[in-house]
Amino acid sequence: MNNIITLSNVSYTYNRGTPLEKKALNQTSLSIDKGEFVAIIGHTGSGKSTLIQHMNGLLKPEEGSIVIDGQDTQGKGLKELRKKVGIVFQYPEHQLFEESVYKDIEFGLLKHNIPEEERKKRILETASILELSDELLEKSPYELSGGQKRRAAIAGILVLQPEILVLDEPVAGLDPAGCKELFNIVLQLHKTKKITVILVSHSMEIVADYANRIIVMENGQIVMDGLVNEIFSREDELRSINLSVPQIAKLMQLLNKKDSTINSQIFTVDKAYEEILKKVKKIHD
Amino acid sequence: MIKDITLGQYLPGKSVIHKLDPRTKLLMTVCFMVVLFILNSILSLFLSMIIVLICYRVANISYKYAFKGIKPVLYIVLFTVVLNVFFTGGEPLLTWKFITISKEGVNAAILVSLRVLTLITSASIMTYTTTPIMLTDAIEKLFNPLKKIKVPVHEMAMMMTIALRFIPTLIDETDKIMKAQAARGADIGTGNLLQRAKSFIPILVPLFISSFKRADDLAIAMESRCYRGGEGRTSMRILKFTIKDFRAFCVFILFAVILFLIQIFI
Repeated sequence: MNNIITLSNVSYTYNRGTPLEKKALNQTSLSIDKGEFVAIIGHTGSGKSTLIQHMNGLLKPEEGSIVIDGQDTQGKGLKELRKKVGIVFQYPEHQLFEESVYKDIEFGLLKHNIPEEERKKRILETASILELSDELLEKSPYELSGGQKRRAAIAGILVLQPEILVLDEPVAGLDPAGCKELFNIVLQLHKTKKITVILVSHSMEIVADYANRIIVMENGQIVMDGLVNEIFSREDELRSINLSVPQIAKLMQLLNKKDSTINSQIFTVDKAYEEILKKVKKIHD
Repeated sequence: MIKDITLGQYLPGKSVIHKLDPRTKLLMTVCFMVVLFILNSILSLFLSMIIVLICYRVANISYKYAFKGIKPVLYIVLFTVVLNVFFTGGEPLLTWKFITISKEGVNAAILVSLRVLTLITSASIMTYTTTPIMLTDAIEKLFNPLKKIKVPVHEMAMMMTIALRFIPTLIDETDKIMKAQAARGADIGTGNLLQRAKSFIPILVPLFISSFKRADDLAIAMESRCYRGGEGRTSMRILKFTIKDFRAFCVFILFAVILFLIQIFI
């Protein structure tokens, strides 16, 4: 068994017992294996954020149980758990507070009582992965540009060397270049360090580009769970819950209608490029 | 964690109390407070408490929810009760070693606790049934005459509106930042006093910075919509006293008179 995250029948309700009561998770069960790259998609308010906050014990299930790497989140040792599961929240730059980027990255390490030499080594290593120069490390986090701030904040989480990395809309507000850069770093970590990545995103393109598996949420429940190809080929179902497929998939479907030899089951730009090039070559020959 | 504060939060509804003019509610709340301070018989205070409870019924607010809101205040009430019971001199009712409980003490304790609880519950009816915007509108209108003596009524009302408007936003933000720091391993509010105070720095600094940023954004948004202060500004909602308000006032005065009569004659 390679299960690293197991949720069984988890329910969670906000503002219980008030007129503002809202059921955010309803009998959700889920298991994620070590080393997977999972994307969670769903409409706003479908329970994605609530789900990921359960993964490091920030929220505790009212019903059901969650076991992360053999540890139940109801029990003790939450701090250890939080070292293992790094969550990058939406707009993580809002959590920067120290006087220098270096110190901010160090914050988590200090909280986990990691010795100074080790701290320094890890900070410099993480900074180089995220392309934060030594000069930037000495600056105040509030002097940085948007993209740099984002990377500095993410460094503060990566420096703890989590085994599971949870990203909630990590590229919201970043330009396309910054977005690509960030995901390449994540992908690199996923491949070289074998960390499990859980990505919450509204961009179907990003999901198609990077994830292996997709979990679709609606009204606090998981309504679809499968490989990228499987999920995106169920376009009508996705549409019925206000989601869509990547734009390139629509183009490929249109081309497929004109010429049935073109594969319509393509969801990334790179693959589409290859397919179209192949076709063009054939025509030339 | 921080989201559990429910006292004074607006609860949408369609009751008579919801529909009253906010000025009526504000005036009645203030008058009721004055009444409560004048009353000093246990019976009439008890009756006023019951009137408030009936108002909750009418406004369709569950007692359970209301009770949750006043929970933190209960400790203060308990504290004053203890103070009054043990430290008021007078005719001894019960003596045990050095502790004496006097009749006057018990009386004062009941009076004070009833008064405080009625005060809070009655004031919260207003906030439970009136949106903050309506409330500040009412304040602005009621204090309007003060403009003649150069009191910046509009500016004060605007500041209040903005402050009230941003309370939920700030609570949300605090919650988010707390979670983000906790996810990095921060333990907030644990350890000795110094550690506890220090543990709030990672929350307060980002909160401060984002508040300044928000204020800046808000100022720009207001300027770009040509906000120029209260001079000649018209209102989207025009407050109007209706027959309902008149009836509410009549009922209020009736009750107030009854309460006073009870105090005087019983």
